[in-house]
Amino acid sequence: MHWKRLLTRRWMNVPVFLLCLVPVLLLVRKYFRQDLGANPVEFITHAIGDWTLRFLAITLAVSPLRRLLGLPELIRFRRMLGLFAFFYGCLHFTTYLWLDKFFDFSEIAKDVWKRPFITAGFLGFIAMAPLALTSTAGWIRRLGGRRWQMLHRLIYVSAIAGVVHYYWLVKSDVRKPLLYATIVFLLLAERVVAKFRKSRVNLEVGHPKGLAAEIPHPSRNPALSPPPVDRG
Amino acid sequence: MLVKTAPDIRYSEVTPKSAYLNRRRFLATVPLAGAAILTTRASAAAKLAAVKGPFSTDEKPTPFQGVASYNNFYEFGTGKDEPSKNAGKLKTSPWSIAVEGAVAKSKVFDLDAVMKMAPLEERIYRHRCVEAWSIVVPWIGFPLNALIKAAQPTAKAKFIAFQSLYDSQYMLSERAAGIALPYVEGLRMDEAMHPLALLCFGMYGEVLPNQDGAPVRLVVPWKYGFKSIKSIVKIRFVEKEPPTTWNLANSREYGFYSNVNPTVDHPRWSQASERRLGEFGKRKTLMFNGYGDQVASLYSGMDLRKNY
Repeated sequence: MHWKRLLTRRWMNVPVFLLCLVPVLLLVRKYFRQDLGANPVEFITHAIGDWTLRFLAITLAVSPLRRLLGLPELIRFRRMLGLFAFFYGCLHFTTYLWLDKFFDFSEIAKDVWKRPFITAGFLGFIAMAPLALTSTAGWIRRLGGRRWQMLHRLIYVSAIAGVVHYYWLVKSDVRKPLLYATIVFLLLAERVVAKFRKSRVNLEVGHPKGLAAEIPHPSRNPALSPPPVDRG
Repeated sequence: MLVKTAPDIRYSEVTPKSAYLNRRRFLATVPLAGAAILTTRASAAAKLAAVKGPFSTDEKPTPFQGVASYNNFYEFGTGKDEPSKNAGKLKTSPWSIAVEGAVAKSKVFDLDAVMKMAPLEERIYRHRCVEAWSIVVPWIGFPLNALIKAAQPTAKAKFIAFQSLYDSQYMLSERAAGIALPYVEGLRMDEAMHPLALLCFGMYGEVLPNQDGAPVRLVVPWKYGFKSIKSIVKIRFVEKEPPTTWNLANSREYGFYSNVNPTVDHPRWSQASERRLGEFGKRKTLMFNGYGDQVASLYSGMDLRKNY
């Protein structure tokens, strides 16, 4: 199929990268058009928070989509999408630090400690940091595929904490937070189902248990990028 | 011989009111024209004459556009920009207010009759939302106590309960809004009698835009904004503290009194500071929203931590 081959092209990273920047560019345009409403700070904070959650969900959707569509090539975008989730998370955190708290760190410490919705958001953000840090091929090699993979399951923590953060923030209309919760739940549930199926198949055909045999060790092919791990 | 001459314009040719109201409604739903509508609307809205009243702040009023496009009016949507888009469906005429309960005689007042109970005043008040943002608004109305006096409450009247219009045909369901509807609010009798408490019909020299609570709302400037109930259809004098919508939704977060108080935080966020719409930095929130000199005595001896 042509479009499948298209996905394997290296240059496809460029349009995907640009597409991921669209939300922030739209916000910049709205800013210059003075189209951010009566409370621009709140508008920006919420819009960027929304996009952080969306990118977390999009990143989590890569593995299920690879399985469901039979498109293993999608893996090549996963790291970039994850890094964009972190990028929007950083922007969101910055709006909080700067536009809400004006770098009053004692106030921020109290906030994180006292307010569950801030605690949840903070946790979700902090959990993303090691993932961004270890997103390079070098770190996969250093940690080893399995340990790297274990570490990167922290994205589940981020996504769940992000949804909880949103749910606890709203005053009464929980429809949108519940929508995100449903999406994240489905994306995580698909993984459980896939794992269950795989272990059954493995038992039936008598494959060796465990994954180590299936995952080529990155050190054998250091040029491999993005990471070959396919069970996110 | 009688010659019948047709009038220049027949009644059938005159655009019926419902049609031109519909047209406005249609325009209001075209999102791209939104900005233009807000400006034309500002000049098209009926003017409301008023004399300068007491208690006005000399702080700069928030631009009309901000006050008319950033609203909490859950009946028309839970997003800040939704009420201004959806409140066109609200029919503000004819309008009446039922006054009942512990009064000499229950009565239904026509809006026009209510508006004649006292001279209309313009009062520029600070308005502080429980969500830690604030605005400054030149409201038009008169003290609520004028209506209370006209209602002749009996000795049993210790509190007043207010109720907003609710019509499930064109307003959000309780499920979607996440709060019980119709919206209800209440004040203690001495609070309601306080000269700061305003029965409000307009702002910025014009009748209230629908999204700001047309045609008649309450303005209680020393309390969080949600106490200032919109689009009032019923006022009931009662003996016991009446239920209030946000308290019913979450009693831990919203009390009956809900006085602006920087020292008592909302369980989920600080109330120590606020963002005045249009300003980049934040301001310190003032006790009783800066109206302490006028109202603090109403609460002497009360633990405002408990009675949040």
